[in-house]
Amino acid sequence: MSAEATQTQENSSKSIWGGGRSPYNVSWGKMYMWFFLVSDAFTFSSLLTAYGFMRHRFTEVWPKAQEVFTHFPFVEGHLPLAYVGLMTFILIMSSVTMVLAVDAGHRRNNKAVALWMFFTIIGGFTFVGSQAWEWYHFIEGTEKGALIMPNGDHYRFSEGVHGAPKDALIAPNHSFVTDPVQIAKIEKEARVVHGANLTENEYGHPLFGDFFFFITGFHGFHVFSGVVINIIIYLNILGGVYTRRGHYEQVEKVGLYWHFVDLVWVFVFTFFYLI
Amino acid sequence: MADNKHEVHGYYTGDIHNQFVEEHYDPKNRSVIWRTFWILLAITLAEVGIAFTGISREVLIVIFITLTIVKAYFIVAYFMHLKHETYTLVYSIILPFVLIVYLIAMALCEGNYTHLWDHVPFL
Repeated sequence: MSAEATQTQENSSKSIWGGGRSPYNVSWGKMYMWFFLVSDAFTFSSLLTAYGFMRHRFTEVWPKAQEVFTHFPFVEGHLPLAYVGLMTFILIMSSVTMVLAVDAGHRRNNKAVALWMFFTIIGGFTFVGSQAWEWYHFIEGTEKGALIMPNGDHYRFSEGVHGAPKDALIAPNHSFVTDPVQIAKIEKEARVVHGANLTENEYGHPLFGDFFFFITGFHGFHVFSGVVINIIIYLNILGGVYTRRGHYEQVEKVGLYWHFVDLVWVFVFTFFYLI
Repeated sequence: MADNKHEVHGYYTGDIHNQFVEEHYDPKNRSVIWRTFWILLAITLAEVGIAFTGISREVLIVIFITLTIVKAYFIVAYFMHLKHETYTLVYSIILPFVLIVYLIAMALCEGNYTHLWDHVPFL
């Protein structure tokens, strides 16, 4: 089997179903990677559809992501969407380095493939770390927390919320409670909640937290497994496995998975953070 | 492909089928990659930018979903290289998503009846 194979027109002009060549022009491994990604995309589509459905059900008490994710490392103040925008940039960037690794593979340039693969792994780790940081802040919540009434009604402090009056409470329907007597009554009856977990959520309806943990967690796990697979492929590249094999299809396959992870994040970013 | 001596670039897969697979290598690929990157970056910045303008929510949602689909197209077509695959493969991958369109349509219809849950205690 020659490393850099060529085929003459005579051979390839047979019917594409005539044998000897792949009718889809992909190896079975790459085709099954594609079909795995289709099924995985179905899982994520179902999760996001469920998210939209429940959000529609609880529109009035659903938190606004712009008011929840406002932190940025080493920067004080209110910076909505900035950090998640940066995370999106990191993931797109690592997708670019991955596709450059695939391109270097087409040129059979082992050193370049290894270098781009290395950058891809760095990008993946940075993204997983950023997500952990985001989770940490979501679980920890704010210093003051929020008030939850025995009947489940949920009041937030107006402090730090853009456009809200000072020393007021924000009612479940996003209106402001400014009357001190009423505020005192609520504070007496309610229980203080900090951050979010699977059963309660400082920022609004608990289902927001459930979907956040489940969808970004499922995606984060994909990124993490992607990084692990990338490391295995990277070690193979350094060991010269693909130089001996004569082609870098394995890099293409793991590249497809990596781009898919980026693709899913594009949708999560839109439906969870923007809309 | 009229030239009888035309040579096709590719490799034998080396798996149990050991079929011949064509490779579409083009030296221009790298400029296409970087162009795609700049498009994706510009769309992401635009999305974050318009999130804080006074545009009404309904319009924003339409803009966001459209831009997301545009981004998805660029990732799938250029990064995942689907644009240069055979049509049989492209359709095998794209057509199943009709079912997701159906799922969303069903969820949108069903969403109008969720007020019926109001008497269900744990919801």
